[in-house]
Amino acid sequence: MADNFNFELVSPERLLVSGSVSEVVIPATEGEMTVMANHAPTMTTIKPGIVTVKFADGRKDRYVVFGGFADIVPTGCTLLAESAVHVDEFNRDDIARRVEAARADLSTATSDEQKFGIETYLSQLTTLQGAILPA
Amino acid sequence: MPSLKDLKNRIASVKATQKITKAMKMVAAAKLRRAQEAAEAARPYSQRMSAVLANIAQAVGQDDSAPRLMTGTGKDQVHLLVVCTAERGLCGGFNSQIARLARDHTRKLLASGKTVKIMCVGKKGFDILRREFASLIIDRVDLREVKRIGFSNADQIGRKVIGLFEKGEFDVCTLFYSEFKSVIAQIPTALQLVPASAPAAVADTTGATAIYDYEPDASAILGDLIPRNISVQIFRALLENVAGEMGAKMSAMDNATRNAGEMINKLTLNYNRQRQAQITKELIEIISGAEAL
Repeated sequence: MADNFNFELVSPERLLVSGSVSEVVIPATEGEMTVMANHAPTMTTIKPGIVTVKFADGRKDRYVVFGGFADIVPTGCTLLAESAVHVDEFNRDDIARRVEAARADLSTATSDEQKFGIETYLSQLTTLQGAILPA
Repeated sequence: MPSLKDLKNRIASVKATQKITKAMKMVAAAKLRRAQEAAEAARPYSQRMSAVLANIAQAVGQDDSAPRLMTGTGKDQVHLLVVCTAERGLCGGFNSQIARLARDHTRKLLASGKTVKIMCVGKKGFDILRREFASLIIDRVDLREVKRIGFSNADQIGRKVIGLFEKGEFDVCTLFYSEFKSVIAQIPTALQLVPASAPAAVADTTGATAIYDYEPDASAILGDLIPRNISVQIFRALLENVAGEMGAKMSAMDNATRNAGEMINKLTLNYNRQRQAQITKELIEIISGAEAL
């Protein structure tokens, strides 16, 4: 049986999850990663995606997050998301709106660097959109 | 000397005003509670944020790769002041306190030959600062339509600030807002956003000084983090402002209600005296009329 550790999911507006979990899958910028107890100290940025939380009592929960970063230490993991909602409460129009906004940003972007950043974000969003839609 | 009827009308009107101020006080109290809850809910995020930031800043150190938002442009010629105030008045000295701090700061900067640009968040600050520095105001953000301040509102302002910085429009950015100490005390505060003053590394008992793996690398994370931190600071300032505004409004309206009560007492006393005087006068007339017969 895997050890448990403390996991916190925080958005600027509120604290969404705080508790003992056995496993968390987070969408890190360079690929998804599963965090378990005694993970090496890591700091990573995250991309828009789904966080899967497996609680100590075996319950599973999924949250949609949009960007942010995670701070992982052996005894715990803190995920600071720019915006986070529970999958059940997630509104599909919201993501469509974000895609629209990103497209609008893209058309006004001037430097290549900016364009690249926005395009990456856009592709992440569309991937996420595809991942949630059938649900 | 106002007639009895005039007095009666005045009492009625003061009573109506008192009812309004009382209702406003109650509304402010309810909103204050909500604003305080929101500010409290946002606290964990900003706390962790500054802890993480301190950590990374230490790791990156005074590296040349540190983002310019953190190191600054190396000059301090052009200052951007972001002044956050409330959208509405009737809250005592709340707005003017913030505006006064910003004004003093502006005067000082102008006197030392710096260029100042002002961005106003909230209508009241704009109204006050417009009188003196109309030409310096480059932008204003209107939050009047916003019922409940969300992170996206703060993020928009943050993006504007960062966009201006990238265009080289300013060197130093300072945020003005009111810190919420208690219902009766709000302290106008100036906070430097750019260059970001790295929060002093907090001695963490969980051994946060452990060697971290960074993914991607530390400076990339820092580059991602600093703009976000600016938005978070603005968000926190906006929330503190709302709580402060409601607190100030509550005590202002409480005062107003009490003043109205005093006024009613005075007017009622006056009214009763006059009524009595009239009765006495009428009695004298009757009695002297009877005696004359």
